[in-house]
Amino acid sequence: MPTSTENRGPAWLAAAALLATLTGCSKAVVLNPAGDVAAQSGDLVVTATLLMLIIIVPVILLTLLFAWKYRQSNTEAEYDPEWHHSTALELVIWSVPLIIIIALGALTWISTHKLDPYRPLDRISETKPLPADVKPLEVQVVALDWKWLFMYPEQGIASVNEVAVPVDRPVRFKLTASSTMSAFYAPDFAGMIYAMPGMQTELNGVINKEGVFKGLNSHYSGAGFSGMSFKLHGLSNEGFDAWVQKAKDANNALNRDKYLELVKPSERHPVTLFSSVQEGLYDRVLNMCVEEGKMCMHHMMAIDAAGGAAYMKKAGLNLPQDVCSVENADQVVALLDQRAEAQQ
Amino acid sequence: MPHDPLLGRITWDSIPMAHEPIVLWTFIAVVLGGLVVFAALTKFKLWGPLWRDWICSIDHKKIGIMYIILGIVMLLRGFADAVMMRLQQAMAFGDNLGYLPPHHYDQIFTAHGVIMIFFVAMPLVTGFMNYLIPLQIGARDVSFPFLNNFSFWMTATGAILVMVSLFLGEFSTSGWLALSNLGNQNPGVGLDYYIWALQLSGVGTTLSGINLIVTIIKMRAPGMNLMKMPVFVWTSLCTNALIVASFPILTAALVLMSMDRYFGTNFFTNELGGNPMLYVNLIWIWGHPEVYILILPCFGIFSEIVATFSKKRLFGYTSMVYATVCITVLSWLVWLHHFFTMGSGAAVNTFFGITTMIISIPTGAKIFNWLFTMYKGRIEFKPPMLWTVGFMCTFAIGGMTGVLLAVPPADFVLHNSLFLIAHFHNVIIGGVVFGLLAGINFWFPKAFGYKLNEFWGKVSFWCWLVGFWIAFTPLYILGLMGVTRRLNHFEDQSLQIWFVIAAVGVAIIACGIGAFLLQLVVSFIQRKQNRDENGDTWGSGRTLEWATSSPPPVYNFAKTPVVHDVDAWWDMKKHGYQRPLSGFEDLHMPKNTGAGFIISMIGLVLGFALIWHIWWLAIVSFAGLILATIIHTFNYNRDYYIPATEVQATEDARTQQLARHV
Repeated sequence: MPTSTENRGPAWLAAAALLATLTGCSKAVVLNPAGDVAAQSGDLVVTATLLMLIIIVPVILLTLLFAWKYRQSNTEAEYDPEWHHSTALELVIWSVPLIIIIALGALTWISTHKLDPYRPLDRISETKPLPADVKPLEVQVVALDWKWLFMYPEQGIASVNEVAVPVDRPVRFKLTASSTMSAFYAPDFAGMIYAMPGMQTELNGVINKEGVFKGLNSHYSGAGFSGMSFKLHGLSNEGFDAWVQKAKDANNALNRDKYLELVKPSERHPVTLFSSVQEGLYDRVLNMCVEEGKMCMHHMMAIDAAGGAAYMKKAGLNLPQDVCSVENADQVVALLDQRAEAQQ
Repeated sequence: MPHDPLLGRITWDSIPMAHEPIVLWTFIAVVLGGLVVFAALTKFKLWGPLWRDWICSIDHKKIGIMYIILGIVMLLRGFADAVMMRLQQAMAFGDNLGYLPPHHYDQIFTAHGVIMIFFVAMPLVTGFMNYLIPLQIGARDVSFPFLNNFSFWMTATGAILVMVSLFLGEFSTSGWLALSNLGNQNPGVGLDYYIWALQLSGVGTTLSGINLIVTIIKMRAPGMNLMKMPVFVWTSLCTNALIVASFPILTAALVLMSMDRYFGTNFFTNELGGNPMLYVNLIWIWGHPEVYILILPCFGIFSEIVATFSKKRLFGYTSMVYATVCITVLSWLVWLHHFFTMGSGAAVNTFFGITTMIISIPTGAKIFNWLFTMYKGRIEFKPPMLWTVGFMCTFAIGGMTGVLLAVPPADFVLHNSLFLIAHFHNVIIGGVVFGLLAGINFWFPKAFGYKLNEFWGKVSFWCWLVGFWIAFTPLYILGLMGVTRRLNHFEDQSLQIWFVIAAVGVAIIACGIGAFLLQLVVSFIQRKQNRDENGDTWGSGRTLEWATSSPPPVYNFAKTPVVHDVDAWWDMKKHGYQRPLSGFEDLHMPKNTGAGFIISMIGLVLGFALIWHIWWLAIVSFAGLILATIIHTFNYNRDYYIPATEVQATEDARTQQLARHV
């Protein structure tokens, strides 16, 4: 009587078949995205899986085979209770996985460098090379509670929970957050990257198709996390210009006060467009000094690097009274710049 | 939060059941269940034996059993959390927000992770190591029996704190590693419950690690050099080395976080010099060795089972040992793979990706060694062996998805997705849970003297195996569709079918758990018919615990055995071993004491006081802790001797038992 563990085999084969069909299924966006960088990552998923199946398939089949063949009731099978060592077999057991891992390791080295989120793109897609004069579209991203703010320095506009990019133009996201770690993820665009308060990360990618694509936060950040999704629009050049114009027509200026309103926790914020962005707002967000009278992080770090409170006293400034407004902080920075130049 | 000098920050609002029906019903059920237990203990006059023979016991066998009971009880709570999550995710689409508001849901997924790792898997694994190590090395107990008891009760106080958080205050919403809300330093009591539950139980775990390392190094029977130890003891040695080296890191990270919370320091804040990335690194430098702490003993369990039920010596003992040590060392070099997406750069990501892949080589070697143990064996498919074959197939796939996630650009699109959830449940359920259930089926007769009902054991296995795959395959698919974890609501209605299938899978697993509980009950009822009269329960036992009676006498071995080969008991049987029937001596044994329990309970009060900012109580209980410890050091009445006559009588009784049931 065959052991009932045999039933595992067909179920597992079904899972493998499922994987194969998923690569064509458009719902499996990880395997079938609309952007080149994401597509290369998705290809890696498939390649790595296939490499490992070289080991996994024989292992599972052999497990089921041995379980069945050497079952107690099968007295015809050889029984060798003291056989417990074989150098040849050990060599195979250790070296075959080693070879596969070496191959996978080489693939890892190459692809990790190629698909580093900070690395500028070197092609538009598999079939389209990078034009010589291309300038990436820079979009600044702030992960808020619980919505996404996008600022376009080139166009001077901003938006909440909606980001539009022209098809086939490289995009460079610069990301930060307001209060807690989040992860920016648009599966069609590229891999995900953390957005962290007081720090800036970068993500390079491109969208190769027109359409509306989903975006989300993939790092839990609090009660409103489930509603923290956004839409990524892939638009033709005309479509993108029209979208920018729509924002400019919105008659809605994003200044420090508006930003501080946005910072307040809210869920499922409706899509909002801003026609202008206050000068230097993103830098203030990144350095956590949007509020009036708050010292910017880069100033604080510069002071610390120069010697901290002792340096401030020597420079004739008292903390915090003399460095309590952003205007005074510029004076400090000027002093620091002088000092740096003097040291050079 | 308001602060009262007497009650700290406890207010009427701290009692959630006043406004949350689910908590209210849970409380009622717990009270009713507790009353039943209390009534039964009183009716059968079990309070005395409970205190004397169990709570105060320093016997490693009893402590091991208590750890396992704790793990199974907390499994029911952790699984209830899982059911609630699956239900929410199966229904919350579009306008339907489900039945769990986000704040409640977020506590549930946090509690699910914390309970399953810290209060189910760790106690179960520790329980097995406690029970088996002295028996397998031919010793009478561990090196530090009192510390063993104290370690258990410290673990239990952590579990008690987590359970209290259900009814007073709330639990953390920051995930099982408190990675989230770092910038906000969530000021509520939830995160404090988390911190103190882990700190208290962490003391227990660290001390237990030290205890077991010393036991294995110093107390092996004569002739048992390191390369003649059972493989389970090797995996335990490596596990405890990981525990001792890694738990202090968890303690330190939580101390730093506590200092941020209590004293306003800036270790992990966003400003004033703090850096949450530091916390992420510290917690994962602990976190990755932790998962190897969970799996290595289970690898050991499977090694013992495969050899016993294939009636064949374990293939490649030496390479098994080297593979285990390789995994132990390598587990320190991979932690960054938990946050490839934090932007560390290509060189750093590549290094950690490759080290992660390298671990799969010794792990694969182990799987092949189990495979070739089965080869040319005579395999009996008792429940432990079913679990083993199920493990080999399931864990292989889970490991594969792990190596897949180890490729950083692949991880960039799958990090924190449901694919990741499916992966780690694949290895934890397929590896750790299957191993623990296999181990329970394997060693239960040894511990309690009667066999477990096989039918319900097999039902439990099949429900777990099928239920697991039905519950988690949809999650692999959802991950490939770009769905992330910890969501309590979805916009895309087309995803719902997958969550419904997953919920069906969880229902099947529930049947598996039910069958397991039924197995325990039915076996207890039928215990007289299924007595293990022999001690060598399965007939083909290979290691020393099978040389003892079932259950073993309190002293384990009347005379310390002398070991000549790997699989000491198998070797003894082959060479016509005869039990010693006379010439016994007085046996030196450690004495029971209530000090471990008392000190731990004072620790529980201290933790509670710190959570609720009841400063006077914190100071008093801290002083009490020190005092109780000092008082205990003056207790010189720590040992006793079992007279040789009593040993003789026990051994004679066993001789008669063996003769009756030849």
